[in-house]
Amino acid sequence: MNVLPLFVAIPLGAAFLTPILSKAGNRISAVLGLCANGFIMGLSIWIIQYSKDTIVYFAGGWQPIAGIPIGIAMVMDGLTVVMLLIINVVGFFAMLYSLNYMTRYTETGKYYTLFLLMMGGLNGVVLSGDLFNLFVFLEITAIASYSLVAFGVEAEELEASFKYQVLGGTASAMILLGIAVFYQLTGTLNLADASRVIEGIGLNPAVIFVGILFLVGFSLKAALMPFHAWLPDAHPSAPAPISAMLSGVVIKVLGVYTLIRMFFNIFGIGRMSFVLIVFLILGTLSMVAGAFLALSQKDFKRLLAYSSISQIGYVIFAFGLGTPLGFLGGLFHLINHASFKSLLFLNSGAVVYRTDNRDMEKMGGFSQRMPVTGTTSLMGSLSIGGIPPLGGFWSKLVIVIAAVESHHFILAGIAVLTSIITLAYYLKVQKMTFFGKLSDLYKGVKEVPVLMCVSMVTLAILSLGLGVLLLPQLRNIILDPAVNVIAGGLDYAKMVLGG
Amino acid sequence: MIVYVLAILLFLIGLYGIVVKRNLIKIVISLMIMEYAINLFFALIGYREGGAAPIHTEELGDNMVLFVDPLPQALVLTAIVIGLGTTALLVSFAVRIYEKYDTFDVRKIRKLRG
Repeated sequence: MNVLPLFVAIPLGAAFLTPILSKAGNRISAVLGLCANGFIMGLSIWIIQYSKDTIVYFAGGWQPIAGIPIGIAMVMDGLTVVMLLIINVVGFFAMLYSLNYMTRYTETGKYYTLFLLMMGGLNGVVLSGDLFNLFVFLEITAIASYSLVAFGVEAEELEASFKYQVLGGTASAMILLGIAVFYQLTGTLNLADASRVIEGIGLNPAVIFVGILFLVGFSLKAALMPFHAWLPDAHPSAPAPISAMLSGVVIKVLGVYTLIRMFFNIFGIGRMSFVLIVFLILGTLSMVAGAFLALSQKDFKRLLAYSSISQIGYVIFAFGLGTPLGFLGGLFHLINHASFKSLLFLNSGAVVYRTDNRDMEKMGGFSQRMPVTGTTSLMGSLSIGGIPPLGGFWSKLVIVIAAVESHHFILAGIAVLTSIITLAYYLKVQKMTFFGKLSDLYKGVKEVPVLMCVSMVTLAILSLGLGVLLLPQLRNIILDPAVNVIAGGLDYAKMVLGG
Repeated sequence: MIVYVLAILLFLIGLYGIVVKRNLIKIVISLMIMEYAINLFFALIGYREGGAAPIHTEELGDNMVLFVDPLPQALVLTAIVIGLGTTALLVSFAVRIYEKYDTFDVRKIRKLRG
C-alpha cells in the first residue's frame, strides 16, 4: 500500500474529529492531535529508507495514458523526504509543548483543529505533484496560520494577523494568476508534465511573466527582504509553539521549498539564470538587513523573528550560488534552522509562560531559576551563532566554502560577517535574559512543566548534533538524494513520469 | 483579447486599492476584486467561441475542439471557495479590530512597532 496520502489524510481526518471530541473535553482533542502527529512523524522517519527513489501516487488510480498524467499525482523524492522530516518532527514537538503551554488560553480544542489543518496543508504542499493542489494546500496552511497568529485575540495579535492576511492574500493572488497563465501556456497542471511542455516552448515572454509572478508570490510567503514586512509582527504574536512552527517550518515550506521546486525542477534554472542572481541579491539583502534589525530589538520574540529573516536569507543565498555544494549548504542550513529556531521560540515561550513578559530589558538571571530553559537556549544560541562543532557552524561553513568556490568572495565575506553579528545578538539575548542578576519581581519563577522541557531538550540535542548529517553514511541517505533532485533539475519530469 | 486586458485591469485596480486605501474594509474589498479578476481570467482561458458545454458530449463525437475546457471552471470553483474562506476571515478580523481600536483607519491601528 502506498503511504503518501496518509501524510495528508491523517492530520486532516484528526482535524475533523477534534472539534467533535472537544465536546467531551479539550484534553481528549489534545491527545488525539498528539497521536496523529506522532504517527505521521514515525511515518516520515520510516520513509527515509526510500529517499533515493521517486514514488508517485495517482489519486483514485488514474494512471497516466501514454506518459501524459490525467489524474492528481502525489510525488515523493529526496527533497520531499527532507521537508517531510522537518515538518513532522518539529510539528510533533511543538504539539507536545502545546499540551502544557496552551493552558494559558481558552478554547484549546479549536487550537488543535487549526494546528492539525496546518500540518495537513504543509505535508500536502511538499507532496503535491500538481500545481493547483499545491496552491490549495498552501491556502489551507495559510488560512490556518492566519487564525493561529491571532489565537489570543488581543489588539496587537489581531493587527498582526490582519497585516499577515493582506500580504499573504496578495501573495496567493499573484500565485493564482501565475497558475492561470501557466495553464494557458502549457495546458496541464501536473508539474512533471508541464516541465516537459515548457522545455518544448522554450523561453518566451509569457514564461518569464509566470516566473516573475511566482518569484514575487513565493518570496512574499518566504518573507525575503523587500517582502518581509509581515513576519516580525506575525511570528511573535502567535502562541510560542505556533511561532516555532511558523519560523521553523511554514516559511520554509511555503516559500523556500516552492521556489526551489518551481525554478530548479519545473522551469529549469539553466533557462532562467536571472533567477539565480535574484536569489543572490534577495538572500544577501535579507541576511544582512535581518541581522542588523535583530541587533536593536528589545522584544525577545521579535528579535527571533528578525533572525529568521536573516537565516532564510542564508538559505536562499546558498541556493542562488547554483552549485551542488551550495544546494547542500542551503538544505543543511534549512534543517539546522528548523531545529534551533523552533527551539529558541519554545524557550521564549517558556519565559513568557512563567513571567508573562517579552521585554528583555526587564529580564535577567533566569538561568538560576529555569536551568533547562537556560541551558537549551544557550545551546540553540551557540548553534545559530555558528560556534564549532555545533550544527549551525557546519552549515554556515559549507555555505561560505560554496560561495568561495563559485568566486563570490565579497558575498562570502558578508556571510561570515553576518554570522558574527548573529552571534552578537544571541549573546545579547543570553546576557539580558538568562544571565545576570535576577530581579526581585521574578524571585518566585520556577522551571516549566515536564512536557515543555522534553520538547526543548530534544530540539536542543538535535541542534547540537545535526552536524552528524555531514558524515558520509547519513549524508548518503538524507542530504545527498535531496541535493541530487535539485541539481538534477529537469530530470524531475523523467523521474516522475518515467521514460 | 480585450476581455483578457480588462481582467488584468481589474486585477491592477484591486492591487492599487490594497496599496492606497486606508480603510480596513476597503482593503478587504480590494483583495476580493483582485481574487475575482483572477477567477474571471481563469474562466476566460477555458472559453471557446461557440463551444458546447462539456457535459453534452455524445452529439459532438470526436470533435474535441468544440468543447469548453471544463478544467478551469473546476479550478475557479475551488478558488471561489478558498476566496470565501479568506474573505470571511478578513471581515471577521476587521470587526474584532474595530471592537479593540474603535476605528477602521490603518493609520490609527499601530500598536506594533519596530
